Amino acid sequence: MAKIQLNGKKITIKTNLSIFDLLKSYKLNNKKVAIEYNGIIIPKPNYKKKYLKNNDKVEIVHFIGGG
Amino acid sequence: MKDLFKISNKKLKSRLIVGTGKYKNFSETAKAIEASGADMVTVAVRRVNITNKKKPILTDYLNPKKIILLPNTAGCFTSQEALRTLRLAREMGGWKLVKLEVLGDKKTLYPNMIETIKSTKILVKEGFKVMVYCTDDPLLAKKLEDSGAAAIMPLASPIGSGLGLQNKINISLIIKQSKVPVIVDAGIGTASDATIAMEMGCDGVLVNSAIANSNYPIKMARAFKNAVISGRDSYLAGRMKKNYFAIASSPKKGLI
Repeated sequence: MAKIQLNGKKITIKTNLSIFDLLKSYKLNNKKVAIEYNGIIIPKPNYKKKYLKNNDKVEIVHFIGGG
Repeated sequence: MKDLFKISNKKLKSRLIVGTGKYKNFSETAKAIEASGADMVTVAVRRVNITNKKKPILTDYLNPKKIILLPNTAGCFTSQEALRTLRLAREMGGWKLVKLEVLGDKKTLYPNMIETIKSTKILVKEGFKVMVYCTDDPLLAKKLEDSGAAAIMPLASPIGSGLGLQNKINISLIIKQSKVPVIVDAGIGTASDATIAMEMGCDGVLVNSAIANSNYPIKMARAFKNAVISGRDSYLAGRMKKNYFAIASSPKKGLI
């Protein structure tokens, strides 16, 4: 198990979980989101390579209605 | 006569750009966009709701083949926040054409022009095409253009105020001096405001609250579509000269 902060919320995840797996667990289409991992934007091709570890901070953002 | 509207390398059919905020639901958003005839809409970048996996999302309702999404930095008060937002937007799907707004005051949502110019320069260097929300100061508008802005977007009046065009003289000066498109953004209250802006020679208008906060957003969206077309045609046709006294419309000859 690992504890990470996802979009400002503390959550517990399985160990050896990649960003790709995390998106899948939240049923998110990786074409419609962008990821910031510990303050760094992760390019889409690296989602499968990036594994999450204790105390990581992840932000998942998408487009919403706005002016 | 072909009347092309081009921002950076994007050709647009409509001179009306609409925002996607404040609607009752996504279905109403989609219908209003359709009725407005706009082919470019602004969107904001926010955290995904991780507590509700089944909640619908805006992009499910917009056809990316028909509608150009314009990521916007609405709500950003520092250059750092704005840059972070647009870099994330670019990673999401390759968006290079973006709208920058860096706000300076919570009460008026007036743009912080110092931070705005600074951010524009950085974004242009990074390869972004930046449409920039700004004050109606012609000098600062020129500075933005010199910094590489793809479009100048002066406010008509504060965001969401619906107060319409409060400084026509300044907007006119900006139109006259600018070589990039000038799009009036923020403060448009009703369809006739958009017509007036277009008659003055603006290249386009951006509207959100005036449509979304009306009693019948879809009807108002259509009103704006027609208002912008009317204003543009009127500008291109050229207004008649103003006279101080009456000039009869019917000939005197043959009067009985």
